[in-house]
Amino acid sequence: MILKPQLKDIRNIAYYLGKITIGLGFTMFVPFIIGLVFFKEINPALDFLVSAEIALLFGLILTWVCDSDKELNWIQGMVVVSLSWLVAMVLSAIPLFLSGHYKSFLDSCFETMSGFTTTGLTLVQDLDHLSYSHNLWRHLGPFIGGQGIAIIALALFMKGSVGSFRMYVGEARDEKILPNVIHTARFIWLISIVYLIIGTLALGIVGMLIGLKPQNAFFHGACVFMAGFDTAGFAPQSQNILYYHSQIFEIVTIVIIIFGSLNFNLHYQFWSGNRKELMRNIETRTFLLSVMLTFFIVTIGLNKLGVYSNALILFRKGFFQLISGHTTTGYMTIYAQQFIKEWGDLALTGIICAMALGGCVCSTAGGIKMLRVGIIFKALKQDIKTLALPEYAIITQKFHHIKTVFLEDAQTRAVLSITISYITIYVLGALIGVWCGYPVLNSLFESTSAAANVGFSCGITDASMPTILKITYIIQMWAGRLEFMSVFALFGFIVAFFRGK
Amino acid sequence: MIKKALFIILFLLLMAQNYDCYAQSISSVELINNAKNYNGNTVVYKGEVIGDIMRRGEYAWINVNDEKNAVGIWIKKELIKDIVYTGSYETKGDLVEITGKFNRSCVEHGGDLDIHAQSIAKISSGNDVPYVVNTKAIKFVLGLSCIILLFCLLRARY
Repeated sequence: MILKPQLKDIRNIAYYLGKITIGLGFTMFVPFIIGLVFFKEINPALDFLVSAEIALLFGLILTWVCDSDKELNWIQGMVVVSLSWLVAMVLSAIPLFLSGHYKSFLDSCFETMSGFTTTGLTLVQDLDHLSYSHNLWRHLGPFIGGQGIAIIALALFMKGSVGSFRMYVGEARDEKILPNVIHTARFIWLISIVYLIIGTLALGIVGMLIGLKPQNAFFHGACVFMAGFDTAGFAPQSQNILYYHSQIFEIVTIVIIIFGSLNFNLHYQFWSGNRKELMRNIETRTFLLSVMLTFFIVTIGLNKLGVYSNALILFRKGFFQLISGHTTTGYMTIYAQQFIKEWGDLALTGIICAMALGGCVCSTAGGIKMLRVGIIFKALKQDIKTLALPEYAIITQKFHHIKTVFLEDAQTRAVLSITISYITIYVLGALIGVWCGYPVLNSLFESTSAAANVGFSCGITDASMPTILKITYIIQMWAGRLEFMSVFALFGFIVAFFRGK
Repeated sequence: MIKKALFIILFLLLMAQNYDCYAQSISSVELINNAKNYNGNTVVYKGEVIGDIMRRGEYAWINVNDEKNAVGIWIKKELIKDIVYTGSYETKGDLVEITGKFNRSCVEHGGDLDIHAQSIAKISSGNDVPYVVNTKAIKFVLGLSCIILLFCLLRARY
């Protein structure tokens, strides 16, 4: 029998949702202040003031009407997280829509969901004339969403509680770096801000060296860092990273996106002096192997068609797109159409595989993720050993992830469930793309890019694409970022509300 | 006879010249979608100069947007003296026509799709975008501020 949620459950959910909304409202003051103080942009600043006030009012009403002092249970925690991402998408879309650079409110919602989920697919019009404030908000989205919308609320407004842990897990962070979840949330924000300062400085200096004006160099540096470290792939100009025409800029960007795709736990180990962990960890090893393998496929594909005239160019173009896809960033140094027109099916397949696999768990990256891929291969190895050795042999399989862990069936089952969910969503999105009239490979490419939160486009993502496809990609980005569990919980909650007793 | 032969040779030479030179401006979509066909040819490309002018030694990079895509132009510094406005939020950039060699994957620049400019013509000058403060938004902000204040007062009281 399905139990119908009671009014107190809904009040509890709405109360925490209100708190998160208030947090979001405050973050809108960042582009408001920076736009007004540094760039003297009055109208864009007003857009943010209006939007911040709407968010604050909405949050205040929710927390007042649904005042609650109860802890969140598991299902409530998951529902709060999945709903908060939808509410954040709508509220954050208001300033972007007011900018006049989006053809519809749905397009601006698409943009904010793409930003929060660190995807990077964009529907912005005339990006090269967008204000600094709105551009900053586009890039702040990944920085907020990459670390986690609920994690901000945890780090700022909440005391340690069981409910906060449930929200933390709901945002696809199943690893606690420190014993207390609030401390973990604060640690994630601390390292992100430290990297933000270092990364902005590095990119800003490089920007000045390659000829950008100092103000633009540091603005671009901050934006590219936020979207790079959070593996989102947004850039302040329409040409993405190609705008800079600089190898040094590309190298610094590669370092940043690799850092962003690593598990926060690995950063913690590295900072704590346990540097050997980087080499021993199953995720980094799988990542290295996977990058090598997919790059091999891309190289064969590009070489076969003679896309680039020499090995150096092939490496620069091929490796940049590959690592950008594998880390699920989506930064590009070629035009979207070149993927389809020039790269050929084999290289494209290599990129699709890399995007589908993704970065590390407990990072800002999307996709199936390296820990799961590593575990699947370990389980496969164990099964092969079981077949090869006598029946009475006891076979154990272990792997190293921060500590040495013995592989258990329950763990493998959980990993396979999420992996199958990802593959299903990749295929479903591709089918809808084909139904809308796009070729199979293009549809699969774009669908994988959306669901794995990559942001590469082969040209399908455009303001003129069918509405059904925009909604499909929004759902894919949202479900992919939350790794399905919170989304399933929300659907379960809705079903229980209507069919429960 | 000799005159005829000279005329034919001259005609063929002119034809050959025309083969890899496109006098009419070509859009960025056409260039990107048919990059292999245009590779190495002299093309004419028209658009608005956007973003920064990035000076690199004797040359500079400018990015020119034809409303569909922006394409990187590698150009001698002395040719960009006339560029005053570059497109941004506050300004509309100068509209220019570039004649230059199109590269699908430039060997000199790490495989970038670019145009090496031979000449540049300024078609029209850019300008500062007229700025009018949005009074509607100010009224809306004030209205919302009052509601939030009232709400906070009520909450503090009850």
